[in-house]
Amino acid sequence: MSLEKTEVDTISRLAAISVDASEVDQLTAKISNVLDLFQRMEAVDTTNVEPMSHPLDQVQRLREDVVTETDHHEEYQKLAPAAENGMYLVPQVID
Amino acid sequence: MHTLSVKEMSEKLRNKEITSVALTQHYLDRIDQYDGELNAYVTVTPELAMEMARQADQMIAEGKGGLLTGIPVAHKDIFCTLDVKTTCGSKMLDNFIAPYDAKVVEASRALGMPILGKTNMDEFAMGSSSESSYYGATKNPWDLKAVPGGSSGGSAAVIAAGLAPLATGSDTGGSIRQPASFCGITGIKPTYGAVSRYGMIAYASSFDQGGPMTRSAEESAWLLDVMAGFDERDSTSLEQPKQDYVSALSNDIKGLKVGVPAEYFEEGLDDGVATTVRAAIAELEKLGAEIVEVSLPNKDLAVPAYYVLAPAEASSNLSRFDGVRYGYRCENPTDLNDLYTRSRSEGFGAEVKRRIMVGAYALSAGYYDAYYLKAQKLRRMVRDDFVNAFEQCDVIVGPVAPTPAFNIGEKSDDPVSMYLADLYTIPVNLAGMPAMSVPAGFSNGRPVGLHLVGPYHSEAKLLNVAHQYQQVTNWHQKMPESYQ
Repeated sequence: MSLEKTEVDTISRLAAISVDASEVDQLTAKISNVLDLFQRMEAVDTTNVEPMSHPLDQVQRLREDVVTETDHHEEYQKLAPAAENGMYLVPQVID
Repeated sequence: MHTLSVKEMSEKLRNKEITSVALTQHYLDRIDQYDGELNAYVTVTPELAMEMARQADQMIAEGKGGLLTGIPVAHKDIFCTLDVKTTCGSKMLDNFIAPYDAKVVEASRALGMPILGKTNMDEFAMGSSSESSYYGATKNPWDLKAVPGGSSGGSAAVIAAGLAPLATGSDTGGSIRQPASFCGITGIKPTYGAVSRYGMIAYASSFDQGGPMTRSAEESAWLLDVMAGFDERDSTSLEQPKQDYVSALSNDIKGLKVGVPAEYFEEGLDDGVATTVRAAIAELEKLGAEIVEVSLPNKDLAVPAYYVLAPAEASSNLSRFDGVRYGYRCENPTDLNDLYTRSRSEGFGAEVKRRIMVGAYALSAGYYDAYYLKAQKLRRMVRDDFVNAFEQCDVIVGPVAPTPAFNIGEKSDDPVSMYLADLYTIPVNLAGMPAMSVPAGFSNGRPVGLHLVGPYHSEAKLLNVAHQYQQVTNWHQKMPESYQ
């Protein structure tokens, strides 16, 4: 299945990943090859087959709604590219 | 010392014939000597290893710990390790010093197993060759021109070359078994949920599963005993009684029903691999196993279904890497969108970007039913094939990969050809069942593994079959000449 370059543009926006103009052709071709692989699924009749989202067909285990974690924000913020006064710093969002 | 089995090391430690300090130093010396050419470690932690070795000797002197106390271990760089760089093979996490231990690291640390370092891997575990690491490709110790397999190629290479006695790996689409096969070592992917994913950096959460990589089945049983068990911090962890992997090793396999799917021996399978696997099956028959033919009719649908579902999960899991809280951040972002997009574009490698984009596409409006939902239905069909087959047999055997290790660079420009290298391993991950790779011989001088697949919670049985096979064969004891 051949992918249009405009679709690559849409996917790159969805994925928050930019694609260099010089890479678009090669990337479009490689993703198209992967989509060709997906076409093999089309011919299979899956009517009445229940989708399987968990390999053991289990439901999510829930815990009591009580706080179990201790506060680690100082340790975690030491890893941040930029943090100040207990907050993560990012470029200004609101003028 | 590196030629001893882990059992022999353990006995010598407890009899005070060797110390953990000496054993750990021996491995650190070998890493110094050989890792330059193999590139199997991303990070080596000599100070931590020696400090832990001293503590392990103290534990042994006080009669504390267990059979693996004092035995060094290498962890795949996908497992968070307290105060140690944990990169997942990515530039994105090149500056990430983990603030806590993954469950499997915590368990090995509590037992007094010195941590030698973190092993190289395909970036975010996305790959079948360990070539996509930000830190460069790992080489196969049996032939430096060949890949070690992926994504746990670093862990496989350190065991094969004797740069660690034990290692951890993870298997999303075959990433323990395929590198184990390519490097001539033993590796087991347990039942989904048997080993906690707490602290294991997520790629595709409904597939990812940690497991041991060792020389022998006996050693895998010992390490799995450390790694497995219920963990309430992982919501997918199984609340099942732990199996006695070690005691089950010595069981007789007479009368064991071994299923051989005809679909495993179709066109595309390397002749040398086919011959080796058939010889291994004959060996199981000599041990008293009964060979029965089974069928897995939907095997070929597993690869496309996996390459829809795993990237879809990856596109969601990897959205956390946005340059805000940890990891790589681009220089001088102009606005928030620029911060997200450039940090991700500069921090991720080509294969990771491609899979995130494929995942975003598969989940996007208009394609969800055609791809994602369809793939989930095929997942059930593949799983049902296994369930039906296990009504006729106790284990299924076959090849781990269609060929022995391929050359570095051979498939790196063709993603689909790389994906098809996992066609025997991926169905097992879709089904969530346990499976292992056991060294079974060589094809053109490169190792070949025997694939054993079992029904849910049959790890002890698989290890038992592998151990019995290893009692009558010596493939697992062979080491590449240059590293003896």
